[in-house]
Amino acid sequence: MATQTPVSPVADRTTALRPSGRMLEVLHEWVTTVDHKKIGLMYIAYALVFMLIAGVQALLMRIQLAVPNNHFVSPQEFNRLFTMHGTTMVFFVGMPILFGFGNYLVPLMIGARDMAFPRLNAFSFWIAGFGGLLLYFSYFAGSGLYAAGTAPDVGWFAYAPLTARAFSPGHSTDYWTLGVLLSGIGTIGTALNIVTTTICMRCPGMKMSRMPLLVWLYFVTCCMVFVAVSPLTAAQIMLMIDRYLGGHFFDTQAGGSAVLWMHFFWIFGHPEVYILVLPAFGFANEIIPVFSRKAIFGYPAMVGATVGIGFISLSVWAHHMFSVGLGPGANAFFTFATMVISVPTGIKIFNWLATLWGGNIHFTTSMMFAVGFLFQFLIAGLTGIMLSVAPFDWQLTGSYFVVAHFHYVLVGAILFMIFSAFYYWFPKMSGRVLVEKLGKWHFWLFLIGFHLTFDFMHIPGMLGMPRRIYTYEADRGWAMWNMIISSGAVLQAIAILIFVYNMVWSYFKGPVAGPDPWDAWTLEWTTTSPPPAYNFAVLPTVESRRPLWDLKHPEDPDSNYE
Amino acid sequence: MLIRTTISAIHILAFGLVPTSIFSPAGTPAHSIFDLSMFVFAITGTIFLVVAGLLLYALIRYRNQPGHTGREPTQIYGSNQIEVSWTVIPILIVVVLFLTSARVIFTTQAAPKPKKALDVVVIGHQFWWEFRYPKLGIVTANELHVPVSDPLHPTPTYLTMSSADTDHSFWVPRLAGKTDVIPNKVNVMWIDPATPGLYLGQCAQYCGTQHALMLIRVYADSPSDFAAWVARQKMPAVESADAAEGEAVFQRNACINCHTVAGTVATGRFGPDLTHLASRDTIASGALPNTEENLRGWVDNPDHYKPGALMPPMHLNQHDLDAVTKYLTTLR
Ligand code: HEC
Ligand SMILES: [Cu+2]
Repeated sequence: MATQTPVSPVADRTTALRPSGRMLEVLHEWVTTVDHKKIGLMYIAYALVFMLIAGVQALLMRIQLAVPNNHFVSPQEFNRLFTMHGTTMVFFVGMPILFGFGNYLVPLMIGARDMAFPRLNAFSFWIAGFGGLLLYFSYFAGSGLYAAGTAPDVGWFAYAPLTARAFSPGHSTDYWTLGVLLSGIGTIGTALNIVTTTICMRCPGMKMSRMPLLVWLYFVTCCMVFVAVSPLTAAQIMLMIDRYLGGHFFDTQAGGSAVLWMHFFWIFGHPEVYILVLPAFGFANEIIPVFSRKAIFGYPAMVGATVGIGFISLSVWAHHMFSVGLGPGANAFFTFATMVISVPTGIKIFNWLATLWGGNIHFTTSMMFAVGFLFQFLIAGLTGIMLSVAPFDWQLTGSYFVVAHFHYVLVGAILFMIFSAFYYWFPKMSGRVLVEKLGKWHFWLFLIGFHLTFDFMHIPGMLGMPRRIYTYEADRGWAMWNMIISSGAVLQAIAILIFVYNMVWSYFKGPVAGPDPWDAWTLEWTTTSPPPAYNFAVLPTVESRRPLWDLKHPEDPDSNYE
Repeated sequence: MLIRTTISAIHILAFGLVPTSIFSPAGTPAHSIFDLSMFVFAITGTIFLVVAGLLLYALIRYRNQPGHTGREPTQIYGSNQIEVSWTVIPILIVVVLFLTSARVIFTTQAAPKPKKALDVVVIGHQFWWEFRYPKLGIVTANELHVPVSDPLHPTPTYLTMSSADTDHSFWVPRLAGKTDVIPNKVNVMWIDPATPGLYLGQCAQYCGTQHALMLIRVYADSPSDFAAWVARQKMPAVESADAAEGEAVFQRNACINCHTVAGTVATGRFGPDLTHLASRDTIASGALPNTEENLRGWVDNPDHYKPGALMPPMHLNQHDLDAVTKYLTTLR
């Protein structure tokens, strides 16, 4: 049992070169870094900036929809808003923030000094980052550099043939295509890196079966990235061929197929949901046990369920297409496949429940967000079952019910777990703990805002309100619900501001964390906070899934039970 | 029956009289979806109560209490029996749910077509609907007239749908679920409203700038009303002497390149057929009531009412505008 405790700074070769605080040199250091922790932090910072932008876009949309027949923004502007909001949140907030945490945590948790390919890591970050800038450059150059710009307005899934040049003149759609394409290349690069790191760089004693579940979840996520993001990248290239080289893949006016694009997009799009949610499950698998003071219940089942979800999620894409007219046979098949995925997902929820059971639950802010995640993910799963019932979906698809459902997944589950992860790992990353009192404010305001917005959003959907409409008639009975939805959005915005303030304040003045503020069990807590460059002077050796538990309880180590 | 009445009572209490609610079905497909959805709500609701209840219990029962010794709780790593049970029970639920769904999928999408069904061709356009009745020789726009269908002698309407430009989706929640309207693809759906009345809906697939104002109105007419409507629609456009000037203006301008008025030189198909425009309650795909004032305003500048609509402002002078408006109101 030789887990290594803090490392001497001697191993840190960059210390000697560290600039004496001069802005330019600091900047240079970050731009040229190949350190997985710095890259991870840059991913997170980048995602947070885009989250604020896309959040403002959401607010503008909610102002427009708060009352019927509103003229706050024009229809054109509204269509750009939801296109940019969706694209940004998925590709330039969700993916980078999760890869940021993955970059930071995976090497630390498996006792490695860096990623397998540090330069590829930096490349992936910068290329994806460039993609985001390119997307937003459309605001200035969407109509070509000579004319005023416009952002794309084709929706985040950009259904053909709306993207054909006949319907999308100018370059805004091209910026969308290129931005998403580049982000996809970065994603594949990082996924390759994490997979290789997990396979090749584990410290002595860390068999695959001893990896922290978070690492397993990232491993499966990244394997899915290869299968899911590649078709999207291919489709973007085909779209560019259509637009500029006279191809007719999706150009219906020349015999192309609109349905083909849908297949390409959702073969990416559905696994993408799991690509985003699995890392969030990974956070839950680390955080819930630590604050329940119990080992995760059913580790092998958790791994099995994850791998199962990974495979099944590749065969459910057409549940986004129940109204496309694929025929009763296909509809029945995809209904079944979609329902089946609820089995491994259910296993996870039950295992988390069993982990809480008999524990000693500490309600830190991090844990409170994780608890919110559990309830909300349960509800999101159940509305997902409703949507998997193809006939019910004929009513619900394309309506606000779907918008409510996937925001329950993306915000209620994933974003809640990301917040939980911030409160949990911020001390490791910065050396200081986020102030709990502000954290509680953040939690409660966000929780109330979230439920006002997304609980009530299911209702207008069932009352016939389609998504992506910039306004609606007063006689439809949707107005009151929309007002409630919009007011919740304001509360969420305030909560986010508190969170940002908390991060800034705590970074400078928060309580000092020390190496292991939560009395946790995985390897990242054996290093200093923040960890030194290259993480471990001497590679740790592990003998169970919870090396620090073994260290803290030598009389009753985990290795006796595994 | 009792359950249905109770549910609809609760529904009215909670939501008021919403004209587009999926919970007040008025046709067979919508009814079977409604029944299925109640079953699904019951199952998912039960699952929610059980799991959320257990979660809540665990959180309260096992919370860290003040004065706790600080000793770690007993570590439990798993249990095969329990894990098998919470794998098998969900599998059983999935099988039941799947079989009930599959039944509705097939009864709706693979139902044999009755002989007396009416055929309508639906063509989605950026941002309006074209309806053609091939066997009756009728072409109209935005307002679909169908006969009510007596459950004992069903006369459903079969909609054969495609798009002239981008993707759309035909959704009238009280009659049926939605079916997408896609270029280069032909989809079929059917509706069979049992009671006469007006059923509202709208395009449910993002199709461009004015997706929001691409509304649908379905009129379910009694057999005699429907016959009268058909007879009138089959007549050629009304010619009236005091609208002759307006007709001349209409035919002098580009109107005729985009609009059809049967029996005249106007044969355009880019915009709605105007042969019996005055028989419709609304214009611009349900966006405006069909009044003289609105017609005038619309022809003057469609963008004012429906920014992004594909009809250009025609820049007629006031005199011509009045004349054309007059002409349009005579097209009964
Ligand atoms: C470039 C083609 C074009 C021209 C020219 C044009 N229209 Fe239109 N018109 C349309 C389109 C497209 C619509 C449907 C707009 C919508 O609802 O989004 C329309 C709708 C209308 C409607 C409403 C029909 C309904 O049932 O909703 C009227 C009335 C009308 N046009 C009259 C005219 C008149 C009069 C002129 C000539 C002064 C004219 N249009 C010229 C394309 C055109
Ligand atoms: Cu449409």
